[in-house]
Formats: sequence, C-alpha cells, structure tokens
Amino acid sequence: MTAPVVVTGMGVAAPNGLGTADYWAATRGGKSGIGRITRFDPTGYPARLAGEIPGFDAQEHLPSRLLPQTDRVTRLALVAADWALADAGVDPSQGDPLDMGVVTASAAGGFEFGEGELRRLWSKGSQFVSAYQSFAWFYAVNTGQISIRNGMKGPSGVVVSDQAGGLDALAQARRQIRKGTSLVVSGAVDASICSWGWVAQLAGDRLSSSDEPTRAYLPFDREATGQVPGEGGAILILESAEGARARGAEVYGEIAGYGATIDPAPGSGRPPGLAKAVATALGDAGVDAADIDVVFADGAGIPELDRVEAEAITELFGPRGVPVTVPKSMTGRLYSGAAPLDVACALLAMRDGVIPPTVHTDPCPDYDLDLVLHQARPTQARTALVLARGYGGFNSAVVLRAA
Amino acid sequence: MNERRVVITGMEVIAPGGVGKERFWDLLSEGRTATRGISFFDPTPFRSRVAAEVDFCPTGHGLTPQEERRMDRAAQFAVVAARTAVADSGIDLGSDDPHRIGVTVGTAVGATMGLDEEYRVVSDGGRLDLVDHRYAPPHLYNYLVPSSFAAEVAWAVGAEGPSTVVSTGCTSGIDAVGYAVELVREGSVDVMIAGASDAPISPITMACFDAIKATTPRHDEPERASRPFDGTRNGFVLGEGSAFFVLEELESARKRGAHIYAEIAGYATRSNAYHMTGLRPDGAEMAEAIGLALDEARINGDQIDYVNAHGSGTKQNDRHETAAFKKSLGTHAYRTPVSSIKSMVGHSLGAIGSIEIAASVLAMEYDVVPPTANLHTTDPECDLDYVPIVARDQLVDTVLTVGSGFGGFQSAMVLASPDRSFV
Repeated sequence: MTAPVVVTGMGVAAPNGLGTADYWAATRGGKSGIGRITRFDPTGYPARLAGEIPGFDAQEHLPSRLLPQTDRVTRLALVAADWALADAGVDPSQGDPLDMGVVTASAAGGFEFGEGELRRLWSKGSQFVSAYQSFAWFYAVNTGQISIRNGMKGPSGVVVSDQAGGLDALAQARRQIRKGTSLVVSGAVDASICSWGWVAQLAGDRLSSSDEPTRAYLPFDREATGQVPGEGGAILILESAEGARARGAEVYGEIAGYGATIDPAPGSGRPPGLAKAVATALGDAGVDAADIDVVFADGAGIPELDRVEAEAITELFGPRGVPVTVPKSMTGRLYSGAAPLDVACALLAMRDGVIPPTVHTDPCPDYDLDLVLHQARPTQARTALVLARGYGGFNSAVVLRAA
Repeated sequence: MNERRVVITGMEVIAPGGVGKERFWDLLSEGRTATRGISFFDPTPFRSRVAAEVDFCPTGHGLTPQEERRMDRAAQFAVVAARTAVADSGIDLGSDDPHRIGVTVGTAVGATMGLDEEYRVVSDGGRLDLVDHRYAPPHLYNYLVPSSFAAEVAWAVGAEGPSTVVSTGCTSGIDAVGYAVELVREGSVDVMIAGASDAPISPITMACFDAIKATTPRHDEPERASRPFDGTRNGFVLGEGSAFFVLEELESARKRGAHIYAEIAGYATRSNAYHMTGLRPDGAEMAEAIGLALDEARINGDQIDYVNAHGSGTKQNDRHETAAFKKSLGTHAYRTPVSSIKSMVGHSLGAIGSIEIAASVLAMEYDVVPPTANLHTTDPECDLDYVPIVARDQLVDTVLTVGSGFGGFQSAMVLASPDRSFV
C-alpha cells in the first residue's frame, strides 16, 4: 500500500516559459511572466494584469482535427502531456492500455470555449451552439482527451478543489499506482483568461487592481493587496519506483507524503487546517519538520491568507526555520495548474541545488519567514514541501524527496 | 485479511418526483415516471423539450436566504441531501476529530444553471462580447469553480478532513463515492460524506445535447419520453438531483450500533480511450471495470442479484452496456434482472451515479427490483431481462451498478447487503 511513487517526466506550460527548459531558466533567473492582458481588452475591468503564456501555437503541436473541439486549456494540457511522456521516455503506444491512467485537476474546465457557446446561444439562438460544447468545456475534458490521445484505459479521474486540486490529483494518481497501475499521467493545466472567465474571477474582490507587473502580486509583502491570475500548469508522469527502476527511467523524485484538510466554516471560531494538512503529509512521508529543506508556499498575496500560511509554517518549522519561496510570484496564480507546476519546480530545484526566488516582495516583518527573495539561493535540498490552498478553505500539502 | 471495510450508514436522495428517499423509493417501486415538459424556461426553440425536474424549495429544506443566494441549485441540493444523510445515520460528527471526516461531491457540470443565467445578464442577452462585471453577483466565483460545492457540504456538516469535488462527467456520482471509499479504506479518514449533485436543466445544456441529438425529441408524451432498452428509444431525458451517503469503516459503525444499509464491496473505473462521446459497441472497458469491481468485492459475477444499469436510453449506450454485461457476467447476464431508473427520473449527469447507488441500496433494503418504465418494444440488440414496467419482489443481497460517461469513463460498483456480507 505504501510503495514509493516517483515522477519520471514533466511537461510545463507557464507564463514565464513554455516547456520545462524555458520555464526553469526563467524561474531560477527571477523572470516574471506577468503583464497586461492581451487576450481581450481589459481596460474596463478593475484588474488588468495576468500571467499569459506567450507564443503557444497549438497547430504546431496538435492535429488540426483536434482544434475545433478543444479549448485553449485542453490544447495546453495535451501538449504538456506529450512533452511529459517524451521526457519520461515513455511511448504509450507500446504500453498496456489498461495499465496507464490519467488523473488531472481542473478549476474551470474549458471556460473560454464555453463563453463562445454561451454567446452564440444568447445572441443567435440554441441551434448555433457547437456540437463540441457538450464535452469541450466540462471539468473532465483534459483527462478524457489525454486518455484518448495516448490510448490510456487505466483508472482515471478528475478532481476539483480550486487551487489545492493540483496536489489532490497527484495524490489520487499515487493511490492508483499503489493499487497496481504502472503509470499515471497527472497534474493540471488551467486557463480562463477570457472576458467571461475574468468577470467570474473578479467576483469576490481578490484580484489586484495594480497596473504595475512588479507591484501587483506580492505574497507575504507588507503591501500585499491581491492576486494576479495566470494560465498554465504542469503535467507529470508518475510511476512506481520499482517500475521506473526496472525500465531504467530517470527519476526526478518521489511523491513521498500527502495531506489535505478543509478549513472550518467561516465564523465557526475553529482554527484553520493548513498546519494539520502539513503534519499529515510529513507523517505520511515519514519525515519530521526538521527534514524539510525548502517550502514552496501557496503565497496567496492577501494579508489575511498570508498570515495564516506564515503562522502555519512558523508553527511547524519555527521562526525563520526553513527557506520559503513562492515562484508563482513570476507566473501569477494558475488555479489547479499552480501546484503541479510548483512540484515540477521543486523537483528541478532539488536536482540543481538552487531554490528559485520570490520576486518583487518586500516581506512583512510580522511574518517570521526565511523567504528566498529576488535571487535564487544555492541550497542542496533533499526534501521539499509544496503547499496549495484553494478558495473555500482547501489545504493540501505534498512532501517531495529528491531522487 | 485486515482490510478496512466500508459501509453506508446514512443516505438521502433528492430526485425528480420528490425530495427524500422515501418518496424516491415510492416512485421507483411503483414504476411511475417524473419526466415532464420543461417548466424552468420556455423550451419552444429546442429540439428536446422534456426533462425530469425536481420540485424543490431551498428555504423549505432548511437553507437560509443567504445560503440560497450564494449557492447554485446543484450546491443547494448537495447541502440539503448531505445534512439529511448525516441525520439519517445518527452519527454525532461533533464527537469525532473533524480532520478525520472528509467530503467528496460528484458533479459533471457544476453550477451550469447559475453560470448560464449570470452570463445572460452580464452579456446583456449576448449583446456584449466583453461582459460587464458590474452586473455579476459577488458569489460568481463559486459558480466558476464548483469545488465550492465540497466546501459548502463540509461547512454544513462540520467536516475538516480531505474534501474535493470529483468531476468525471456522467460517472461522477459513482466515482465520488469510490474515491471516498478509498480514503476510508486507506485509513486517511474515519467518515466520509460522499455523494453527487447536478442541476443542468438550463438552455445551454439543452442546446449542447440538441446539437448532438443525445436527448430525446419525444415531447408529445413527456411522461413516456425516457425509454431505456426499448426498441423505440431515441435519446435520454435530462434530469437533476442529488444523493448523499455517510460512509464509515465497518467496525466503528458496528461499535456505535449504526444501521448499516450496505457495504461498498468493490469499485473500479476504466476509460475507453476511444472518443469523447462515442462508445464502441463491444463494451470492453465497462466489462473490464465490472470484472475488477467484482474481484475487489470477492464476488463472482453469477452471485449478482440485480444489475442497476446506466441505461440512458440512447441507441449506442444501451447496446454498449448490454454487451458489457454479457462479457463480464457471462450467461448470468441473461438470468439476472437489469433495470434503468433513468426511465423514471431521467439522467442527471454527474448526480445520477449516486442516485443509482441509492436505488441499489434501497432495492436491497426492501428486496424489490425497481423496473424499467416505458419498456414495451423489444430490440434484438438488447436481449436481457430489463424488468419492464413493473417492479419485482425478490431477494436482493448483491447489486452491481454501473455508469458510462462523456470523456470515455466507465465505472462499476458492487454493493452488498449486510445480510450477506457479514454472516
């Protein structure tokens, strides 16, 4: 039941780098991908910055028949999955279809596709709605399309837990591997930078109204005032350590521990659940807090949420007890794509002995965190903790062990 | 063998024809149908104009006006069903560590109804390409990302353990419960509040199924519109609803003297990797999932007393599924009763899997097999015993329930009555 599960491949689509090499070079170099929205005119909206992926041309990567039936999010996910499989050295056509599964997370499905069809419905009439609408927008689309493209018939799934979902998907993938499936394609890619998606993200007033890309999303900053959404994420290939070893695969690291909680109802007076999720993940990995070499924080960029996270980290690790970083300060918040990208980032950081920085933040002195600021910090890390928190109180934590 | 076994100790159903599992069972066991002409909006422009709607008053079921306002209809169903299931179980969740109680909510299309309605407003009836945020409600984000359903259920019952939405299209209702079972088995939690909810009856959903002719155009006789396995079937009838369960580990359920409805003895899901909406006629991947669920339950196919079918009433589904039963159960497929409650309550997408688990549990509880309504004409490709029209009294101790969904998902669950599984 507790056989080790490892990551053997990754495919990255991020605002500051398309493909693992570009993303990693940008991220360790502190290069941000946040800018003014170009995919629609944001002038009239109270938030105008996002992390958009530049230069993604789906036609270069996917057969043309897939294009009319897919949202941008699915095209990105399919390409990231192709890259992840290639990176792992896996040719799925050579595998047993029933021995390969797909478990992804989603936050909003193919929302831009859905916007187009809603517009047709309400402006022209129901008979103008696309025959692809029934499956192009829903939350299961990426898992379904990845399984079809790669002939994967094993146990598959889709979880939705806002920004925490990316870690929940990896945990579910690990569960399926422990139950006997050899390989699971997992992770998440999200993208809803379209007018309708933007209006939905604006609801609740959590987005930063700043027009300065270097001042808009400032996790743990004394002037943190909100979030900048982004698009993208990472698709990872998970296998049993034994299977990976048997086929001579190169291993990035192990998904060693996982824990999840949800915060109590607002106003209940009970404490938030992040520290509990971390403690569960540490226990699951069989490590102590002292064994954690680096924390990839969620970094909400909203003072109340930053405070809760900082307190959970200091409660577990002591004041300035562990290096903490938020590389998503360079990408914006990618919804369910964020945490798998952080997992990829953490594995690369351990491989190369360098912790990528949190950019633009001037830390609030109330938080006793050892933030890795502005520049990458050389550190030989062997064990990393990745945190992800979703709107509604979702807390998930994963412990990674270097290969 | 010290594997933790998972049992259902509480449940509730909100389905077309009535809120509450008693009314749900009355409808099924009497073979009545709850399909009707759409009343939620003017269906005149649509090809399919029938649906199975729930008559549901949110505040009448204990939601406050603010809860009603911030939740999409599907979330309202989920919260009411989950709360009632917890009450039905008699469990005192406050006495347990809340971090040992988790939540899974299956949904295929989340807050589609709310999103459709709010899009109409912010786009001013489709007039504005750049939609107007000033007309958006403050809770619109809860519609964008349906994990809000899981948060609402967790808050409503006081759960603080692992909580998520499972969204695998039309198998979500089985997969959400299957996911929860795995968490209890592995020991991550003691109790799961698991179920599913969907409320998709809105113009955008009707339009998208019209476009692929998946729903029936039989609006001249709406109460006879859903005809699974019938030779004249021509599409499904869209439904809505929710079912929730309290899942516990067997020994702790026994210790507190809980009423045990059933054991969830086996579960598996596989994908066809073939087409987002199409099915190969051979049913191979569904058969594979059934075989694995039976293995996990340590039950032979010929011990299944009743098969609760997906039975959506589309040409391809019913043929696909019939083939899957033959492949997985062998000659027993011809002997065991197979029925589709979608003939009575329609197809509520991600919710129906949980509603069908509830029907399966009640079939064991009452030793009655619910019928397939509206089944009058035989189809040579559907040649099993589909229990036409009238419910059947018979001993039911083991049930196989299955689902098939867009995206290629094929899921199967084996339920066993406590009479059988613990002797």
